[in-house]
Amino acid sequence: MNIRAARRFPNDVRVFQSRIAFSVVLLLLAVAALVARLVYLQIVGHEHYATLSQDNRVKIAPLPPTRGVIFDRNGEVLADNVPSYSLELVPERIDDLDATLAELQTLLGLSDEDVRRFRKLRSQHKSFESIPLKMRLDEEQIARFAVKQPFFPGVQIAVRMIRTYPYAELTAHAVGYVSRISEADLKTLDPSLYSGTYHIGKSGIEKTYETLLHGRTGHQELETNVQGRSIGVLNTVPPIPGADLRLSLDITLQRAAVDALGDYNGAVVAMEPATGRVLAFVSKPSFDPNPFVYGIPKADYDRLQASPDRPLYNRALRGVYPPGSTVKPFEGLAGLEVGDLAADRKVSCPGYFQLPNSSHQYRDWRKGGHGAVDLKSAITQSCDVYFYKLALSLGIDKLSEFMGRFGFGTRTGIDIPGELPGVYPSKEWKKKRSKYPWFPGETVITGIGQGYVGVTPVQLARATAILANRGRVVTPRLLDGVQGGAGAAPEERRREELAIAPEHWDTVIQAMIDVVHSPRGTAKSIAGGLAYHIAGKTGTAQVFSVAQGQKYRESEVSKEMRDHALFIAFAPAEQPRIAVAVIAEHGGHGGSVAAPVARAVMERYLSGSAP
Amino acid sequence: MRYDPGLAGFSAGETRFERIMKRIHIDIPLFAGLVTLSGVALVILYSASAQSFDVLLRQGIRLLLAMAVMLAIAQIHPRHFRFYSPLLWGVGVLLLAAVLVMGEIGKGAQRWLDLGVVRFQPSEILKLAVPMTVAWYLSECPVPPAFRHVAVAGVFIAIPVGLIAKQPDLGTAILVGAAGAVAVFLAGIRWLYLLVLGGAGAGLLPVVWHFLHDYQRDRVLMFLNPEADALGRGYHIIQSKIAIGSGGFYGKGWLQGSQAQLEFLPEKSTDFIFAVVAEEFGLLGCLGLLAIYLFIIGRCIHISLQAQDAYTRLLSGALTLTFFVYVFVNTGMVVGILPVVGVPLPLVSYGGTSMVTLLAGFGILMSVQTHRKLLPG
Repeated sequence: MNIRAARRFPNDVRVFQSRIAFSVVLLLLAVAALVARLVYLQIVGHEHYATLSQDNRVKIAPLPPTRGVIFDRNGEVLADNVPSYSLELVPERIDDLDATLAELQTLLGLSDEDVRRFRKLRSQHKSFESIPLKMRLDEEQIARFAVKQPFFPGVQIAVRMIRTYPYAELTAHAVGYVSRISEADLKTLDPSLYSGTYHIGKSGIEKTYETLLHGRTGHQELETNVQGRSIGVLNTVPPIPGADLRLSLDITLQRAAVDALGDYNGAVVAMEPATGRVLAFVSKPSFDPNPFVYGIPKADYDRLQASPDRPLYNRALRGVYPPGSTVKPFEGLAGLEVGDLAADRKVSCPGYFQLPNSSHQYRDWRKGGHGAVDLKSAITQSCDVYFYKLALSLGIDKLSEFMGRFGFGTRTGIDIPGELPGVYPSKEWKKKRSKYPWFPGETVITGIGQGYVGVTPVQLARATAILANRGRVVTPRLLDGVQGGAGAAPEERRREELAIAPEHWDTVIQAMIDVVHSPRGTAKSIAGGLAYHIAGKTGTAQVFSVAQGQKYRESEVSKEMRDHALFIAFAPAEQPRIAVAVIAEHGGHGGSVAAPVARAVMERYLSGSAP
Repeated sequence: MRYDPGLAGFSAGETRFERIMKRIHIDIPLFAGLVTLSGVALVILYSASAQSFDVLLRQGIRLLLAMAVMLAIAQIHPRHFRFYSPLLWGVGVLLLAAVLVMGEIGKGAQRWLDLGVVRFQPSEILKLAVPMTVAWYLSECPVPPAFRHVAVAGVFIAIPVGLIAKQPDLGTAILVGAAGAVAVFLAGIRWLYLLVLGGAGAGLLPVVWHFLHDYQRDRVLMFLNPEADALGRGYHIIQSKIAIGSGGFYGKGWLQGSQAQLEFLPEKSTDFIFAVVAEEFGLLGCLGLLAIYLFIIGRCIHISLQAQDAYTRLLSGALTLTFFVYVFVNTGMVVGILPVVGVPLPLVSYGGTSMVTLLAGFGILMSVQTHRKLLPG
């Protein structure tokens, strides 16, 4: 109690009171400012901040769908999803990351590259996320780690579903493969549909039916905290798994074709003529598509690229070969239908053909000639001179138009992407590409499937199927059925009929039966022991042009220059169930090399027996 | 509660309860206000601490401890405060210096003094010692104080403020400085001096800026433009604004604030707890909390106006206004009208020493109020 001071300065109470009053005014002003600010934020800006707060806490996490499985016609799995084990680290749960990495490296024999890749990923992810150190652990690595796991907190083996192709090389060119989504893919696809998905179909069926196989991505609305760590699920839209696809492919047929080709490179396409369903689709050599799923090491890829056998090259789809004599049945039909050819009119074959006013000799494959041949025997014996003359009398444009009806020169529309259209030339076609006009000599060699003509094996198989169908045009297709999934299976194309007189079919088909079953047929060697008739046609396509006056001797030219061996066939001839086109690269003669391959495939399919 | 039929009329308007409370030196309105605030604080803290009973328990124990300190101090006669004011100041400054020296040795910021059993911040002592000393000194000076008196008071303020700022603890330095300045202002400093000092202070700002640590400069800069670095330095302010704004008028409800519960809000149980109030209880809750504070402050102003001598008047006035400064600096920071300085919301923020200091201050006010002698007339 200090009354002394109060006495000494009597006015200090009043001063104090006025100072307090002044302070209270300031205080109330400050409170007013505070309240004004609160009103501004909470009433005026409420909606704005409410939105921000909502954005803050909700994070969308994709739920990728399971990719559809691909089966062959008998239910054999051609493309599957299998769990792959990867070693993953959660950095925030590891005390000494460097030491842990070093220990894991010695324990599991990891490469420096693995560790380097991990460090790169580490910098891109948050420390509570699980980051893969090593993908595709083998069983020994899993076992080694499993024993030591208690000593590695924050390190775990994670399972991810990964695409696998059990038949590897056997289906690579038909089924194709999936691989990591690339920058280029990202330009064409909707990222929201693919969030959470890391692979996309790059080729074959995997690419064509990507949408069906992929399914529909679901998502989870996650409530997150400030570090982005999810702490609860607000809403879940489950993914719709991709559709399972059944292909018309028969893996046993596929194998029979590959085996029958033996050492030769080439292609085999087999179809069900009535439907266009593809039974076998072989391009040899092939490659293992499985490494492409994980990302094939560059050295391995370079090796595949540089291989002279070109395993990555889809011969059945993109290989454009001279069809050689395999075009003869179709040309015979052309002569009968659009030309004035009579089937029984005989043409003399002296072993060569000369255009008027020209000394150039177009040789027949048989040096002495076939003598007088009608259409049937010209096809059966594959007389070149007959077809030189036929082509010339029809003219290139008529021939070209007619052959076009069988699909020569256009894509078949098979459900594998990347198909090439091949070539069946016309005057118009040449005009666009060359400053020279069409020469009659070019018509002559077109008659035996040489020159500008180029066909793909799938094209040839389809033309054979149309022949077997006696005019019904079909589109080759591998997809046979769709189970489940989000999308609908694509519509099949409308089938059309070629209007060709039945007796003309009879003539040509009988000639083709004779190719196999008559003693003069060029493929008579495959006729033995057949329970049915095969209608076929051999072809030998020149790769190397033999100079005038020179003789082509197979033994004298290097393998790369040897002729391609071709064979087209369908069976049973009377009620065709399978149509096949075979090309054995540099196989020499079609009858001796390609025809047995076709027979093996047909036997496998029709008799169910091994060739 | 008016239970006392037998003794009615002994002292007009005073119940037995009130007499007992006065005897044990409790000011009922102030005590009621503080208890209400503490209760509300625990409810808020439970939500802000992600429903941690552990935090709640510790805070509750601290509160009880601090309340005990308050009541103990309320028993002391104000003349003892007066006598010990300069001594307390001296001890506090010595401890500050000791902490600084130890900090030099330990490399880096050092605010704590470890006494083996308890650790405390000597700067807390100065929160009380500075206004006490200024009040002690100026209560003996004429009104208005002469320039030299103001200068001496200024030295009493500047030495501890400088030492605390050097720790560096800008928030506490400002609060201690404010406590002293308020005492000087209430003592009747001439307006002219005030203006000159204010002008000098403004002129010194660039110099102060020069001596600020980088993180302190950052805080001031980001206050000026928080959006410039939304994920970096401005993050506190932006998230705080989102929390407050999204609360709206009624709030999202207790424990329902996504900003707070999902840890978007930094330091939500300490410096930014007011944003939790704003998010979960809305404008209504903020006004309610402010009303409790204003009730307490109003009661304290009443006490200081009734104080019977210059020392207790100045001291209680200074403590009261400083308490308001605490509230305003914190809430102003949280709502974004003041820079981010590490000042807790008094009695609500989670934390130890500052609560003891605060309630010790209220103990002084209760002492002032309950040790009055009835004056004639």
